[in-house]
Amino acid sequence: MTLDLHSAPFLSLLLVFVSAAFTDNILLTRFLGLCPCMGVSKKVDASVGLGLAVTFVTACTAVLNYWVYRYLLIPLDIVYLRLIVFIVVIAAFVQFTEMAIERVSERLYQALGIFLPLITVNCAILGTSLFMITRPYNAAQAFVFGLGSGFGWLVAITLIGGIREKIDEKNVPPGLRGPGITLIVIGIMSLAFVVFSGMVKI
Amino acid sequence: MSANARDIFKAGLIGDNPIYRQVLGICSALAVTNLLANTLFMCFGVVFTTALSNLTVSLLRRHIPKRVRMIAQVLIIASYVMIVDTLIRALNPDIHRFIGPYVGLIITNCIIMGRAEAFAGQNPPWPSLLDGLACGLGYSLVLIVIALVREPMGFGTLLGYPLPARELWWHSWTIMVMPPGAFFMLAIVTWIARSRFDAQKETPA
Repeated sequence: MTLDLHSAPFLSLLLVFVSAAFTDNILLTRFLGLCPCMGVSKKVDASVGLGLAVTFVTACTAVLNYWVYRYLLIPLDIVYLRLIVFIVVIAAFVQFTEMAIERVSERLYQALGIFLPLITVNCAILGTSLFMITRPYNAAQAFVFGLGSGFGWLVAITLIGGIREKIDEKNVPPGLRGPGITLIVIGIMSLAFVVFSGMVKI
Repeated sequence: MSANARDIFKAGLIGDNPIYRQVLGICSALAVTNLLANTLFMCFGVVFTTALSNLTVSLLRRHIPKRVRMIAQVLIIASYVMIVDTLIRALNPDIHRFIGPYVGLIITNCIIMGRAEAFAGQNPPWPSLLDGLACGLGYSLVLIVIALVREPMGFGTLLGYPLPARELWWHSWTIMVMPPGAFFMLAIVTWIARSRFDAQKETPA
């Protein structure tokens, strides 16, 4: 099966990408993928590594789930099974990614450690598939939507990682240390991203 | 209730509260708290799923091989989430339209996965059921507190009913129903809870 780029003009793909990555940023406006974000975003390079893995998995599983949904679940009239089917597709795909990362970069594999299995339960990935089927996308747009969501997540987590590296050296009230101050940072960034909304509509 | 059960509840609600202490499952916590009604349905879904999936994982813990336990747990959880999803759609289609995707995301809610992995995998069924209930309720507690602030401040309503005489004193605080408001509220709740309960914990030591 090939991506059908002819029925979808390039501009529509660009719009889907920009809106998924910025106006509808999956981390900052949809609140998805926060748990791994809180865990990993202490360092920038770990953030980038996990962000790339998430982007890759999100884009690929969005289009895989699109095909499964369109050509399997709808014709067989078993849409109510979508949750279980989507999560199985994602889990299988993550297993594959984990093995790939282990081969390619030993250092990255050690840095991400326990967070790789957590990609399966990264809600950004399942969430992207669930939001994808509520919108009238074709396969190419589904792929770009996944790519944009993952990229938006990567940008957000990297920025947060950078800010947290600085904050660690500052004197934060004890009760606010760790998750508290991180949430406030994310809140302020979310304010900035909310300003984008209205620029592009999905 | 035995002393053991009381300890489990106390840990789930306060000491090890999944949200402000373990910082798990906050994704859905933020998304559904702008209206109290949505929050209550979401809490119902989470309590139901944590309790029953903990029970099931615990019952099957000797039969699931270690290597496939993650996927087995995900499948158990997903089956319960499907039940919840169908139930909420049947009970209240309007609310389901709004929180639908987030109900599906209960599957990837790390509280449930975390409890299944950390507690139910090593403990007998009865304490596991209690632990699941306690963690679900601890989650609900924080969500309801946040929703109780966000809905009145953002919409001037509570459970959809207008606040008394709101045209006299109330002014819409739109940011509370937008995403940033959710982050700030959760930060404040975490701050207060941690300062308070950590201080208590340190005094006897």
